[in-house]
Amino acid sequence: MSASESQPVEFSLYTDAKGVWHLSHVGVDHVGVIAVRAFPIHAPNEGVSILSQEGKELLWIDRLDALPAELRQDVESCIQNREFMPEILKLDSVNSFVTPCRWRIQTHKGATELLLKGEEDIRRLNSNTLIVSDAYGVQYLIKNLAAMDRHSRKLLDRFL
Amino acid sequence: MTPGQRIVIPQGFESLVQAQLNTVENVLAVLEVDLDEQLCFSRGLLLATDQRLLSWERSPLSGEAQTPEGAASKWTCKIYPIDLGAKLSLHDHAGVAALELMGQDKRLAKWRFTLAQNLEANRLQMQWNQALGEHLKKIESNATSGSLEGLSQNCPTCGRLKLDFSNPCPVCEVKSDGHSPTEASATHNPLAIAESLDDDEAQASTWGLLRLWRFAKPYQNRLILGFVLTLASTAATLVPPYLTMPLMDEVLIPFQNGQQIESHVVAMYLLGLFGAALLAWALGWLKTYILALVSERIGADLRTAAYDHLMRLSLEYFGGRRTGDLMTRIGGETDRLCVFLSLHLLDFATDFLMIVMTAIILFSIDSGLALATLLPLPFIGWLIHVVRDRLRMGFEKIDRVWSELTNVLADTIPGIRVVKAFAQEGRESARFREANQHNLAVNDRINFLWSLFSPTVTLMTEIGLLVVWAFGIWQVSQHKVTVGVLTAFLAYIGRFYTRLDSMSRIVSHTQKAAAGTKRIFEILDHVSSVPEPVDPVNLTHVKGLVEIDNAVFRYGNRLIIKHLHLDIQPGEMIGLVGQSGSGKSTLVNLICRFYDVSEGSIKIDGVDIRRLPLAQYRSHIGLVLQEPFLFFGTIADNIAYGRSDATREEIIQAARAAHAHEFILRLPQGYDSLVGERGQGLSGGERQRISIARALLINPRILIMDEATSSVDTETEQEIQKALDNLVQGRTTIAIAHRLSTLQRADRLVVMEQGELIEQGNHEELMKAQGAYWRLYQAQARSDQANAMDVGLQASKRDVL
Repeated sequence: MSASESQPVEFSLYTDAKGVWHLSHVGVDHVGVIAVRAFPIHAPNEGVSILSQEGKELLWIDRLDALPAELRQDVESCIQNREFMPEILKLDSVNSFVTPCRWRIQTHKGATELLLKGEEDIRRLNSNTLIVSDAYGVQYLIKNLAAMDRHSRKLLDRFL
Repeated sequence: MTPGQRIVIPQGFESLVQAQLNTVENVLAVLEVDLDEQLCFSRGLLLATDQRLLSWERSPLSGEAQTPEGAASKWTCKIYPIDLGAKLSLHDHAGVAALELMGQDKRLAKWRFTLAQNLEANRLQMQWNQALGEHLKKIESNATSGSLEGLSQNCPTCGRLKLDFSNPCPVCEVKSDGHSPTEASATHNPLAIAESLDDDEAQASTWGLLRLWRFAKPYQNRLILGFVLTLASTAATLVPPYLTMPLMDEVLIPFQNGQQIESHVVAMYLLGLFGAALLAWALGWLKTYILALVSERIGADLRTAAYDHLMRLSLEYFGGRRTGDLMTRIGGETDRLCVFLSLHLLDFATDFLMIVMTAIILFSIDSGLALATLLPLPFIGWLIHVVRDRLRMGFEKIDRVWSELTNVLADTIPGIRVVKAFAQEGRESARFREANQHNLAVNDRINFLWSLFSPTVTLMTEIGLLVVWAFGIWQVSQHKVTVGVLTAFLAYIGRFYTRLDSMSRIVSHTQKAAAGTKRIFEILDHVSSVPEPVDPVNLTHVKGLVEIDNAVFRYGNRLIIKHLHLDIQPGEMIGLVGQSGSGKSTLVNLICRFYDVSEGSIKIDGVDIRRLPLAQYRSHIGLVLQEPFLFFGTIADNIAYGRSDATREEIIQAARAAHAHEFILRLPQGYDSLVGERGQGLSGGERQRISIARALLINPRILIMDEATSSVDTETEQEIQKALDNLVQGRTTIAIAHRLSTLQRADRLVVMEQGELIEQGNHEELMKAQGAYWRLYQAQARSDQANAMDVGLQASKRDVL
């Protein structure tokens, strides 16, 4: 494993005209690669893996911030291409306290509405971190419950 | 034709769309997208006509406004004519879908949206690609094509487009499906639950409750405070009736006799009444709060203690008990005790104090009248007790019927797959209905008596009052007591006759609580059959030499392991072979010290395992089971289960070695994905590889694999086998497997039969000896061949046909 190796920059990521990501690494060009974070919630800046189209690991990046800024930008946008987990910042309103119900929320990706099918779709990662899955499979993250405003917490409390 | 006749243009986009469309084109489908390129929430529209694809999105400069009802200039419209020959492709991951317009050799555009829009997206993609196909055909053959529009209809409930008329809207179905469990009304008589009694309560001595003192002791001071407050608040409630006496004699009666009412005296008494009520309110509040606080803490301590103790008990204890039973004991019984302490016992104490105090007050006022007042009391008490006894028997019956009902549920819900597979839903329903009917019948019978009960108590109270009235009037006529005294008496007894009923319940409540205490102390009193050593030997570094010397194990009266000798060298891999029931798993359980040997000994590096601290010893053992168990939590948590201090690097390293790394990365949240009950669904092979990573992470010297690969298919088995090869290296390994082929790398095969070791050696030696192993091997080879032949035969049959 590459944990102890220093990270020599000998790869590059780029998209072609079709919008497909390429990885060129030790002289080989891999088509259709994807980049994923190993710990998107607990350590988003550590452990990024670049996988081939078949799901084989091609490259492991220990730390994102150890990369040169430009390359890091490329890796980030490759991750962004696939990763979607909006963080709920604020609950504006809830149409009912009985599930299924719709929540109007503010996320770090903008305002939206989510449909909660049942209370069991709110899962606790630890005492302050929650994952809310909506009826369509999007997972919303509540990073710090205690840091939310009173109104949001009061609404959320009805479901916890 | 007019665009948007059947297809609804989302609100706010109407004018934008109208402005762009010409009159000769047909709108095929509309898709409202809700994400932009950076995956931020932002509205946009995609519209397909038979001539072109139009897309509206906010221009980046347009600022914050969220509603599309801004000036039309804020929106940019992009147009992709059908002549481009570009196809739409749709794919999704982690709840986000992407629709891409792919030209000949480049991607022309990409739209992102959440899966909420997936239905429309599917439709749009289908319609567009179909239109494209026809367009291309038209160019080729110059033939005219018919209109494609017309299949759409809007769902009446949610206003979304749906694909065909017959089926319900899949979006709404999600909504209407979720029934809230709170809405379901309980058909069972609530009283029956409250009064339900346990079978073993008769034997449970009420004195068992005194054992709770161990848990109450830490809260001594608060308990004493609570008792003092109870005393004070009860006394406060007795003040108002006392004040009725002077109110009558000094104010009302003299007034009737022609004297003036002295307002300051009245004010004083009324103030006294108000003050007493206020005091009783404050004290009652405080006492209830403090005692509830204490009882909740006692219950919590009891629960924790019972659970802590349970965790330390040996597997033998769990083997003989049902999970549900243990769960009720720790959850339900402690809660019941808590309610008993905070509610019933408190009420009883208050009532008892009240009766004693009232009696004292009554006697101090007038002993003759007091005697007459209190005389009916024992009689009423006795009557109530008799009726209650009969009721209790009925409630016991209800309880038994109720458990019958729960049994049906407990049987069928976990086994629902079997029920459905054998199409026995009807039979199970009938079973439940029958049990429910029985429940109803028993309830009907008891309800007759129960409904009689409360009016009877009221009647008794009235009769008691009647006696006091009669005797009181006679006394007043004899000028022995004043009217005020009689009023005070009536006020007093009116209070406590009604309390007699609730007091009579204390017997059954106490018995129930005692039974609950007994059940909890049963757990607490149980001594683990695998005790911690009295003077433990510390073995920090283990080489991995295992010596089993003359081991005998009895389970009940069955002899499962018979005088077994086996030495395993450090780093050696042993394959345990034998028919089921030959004692392989038991031997492994003995090595793990889930059970202790009945005779003989098991030594590790020359030290008897019974002399090692349990937790330390087990930390040297890695166990991979047939059915890996994942706890609810993230994958990383599950891998680090045996070593919560493991770093992320170590977790990843273990996952790589277990060939789990890549499939974990493919999950939407990688190592942070939730698994276990209510979590992400994983296949058997994937779960197994996580459990292998778990075993790898603790880096055990001794590794035990109990049928680790038998529940997965051959292909997955090869993946797992690769993972296991990494795991086995340099460790003392004991592997059990049915399929002999999986044990090929074992240094030594040990054949067991009926608890005895009958053969050992490597594959070649054992084959040469033509003993038990040879027979097993032949049998498996034959059945494999037969299977292969079967498959071949079927194939050839098909060919012939």
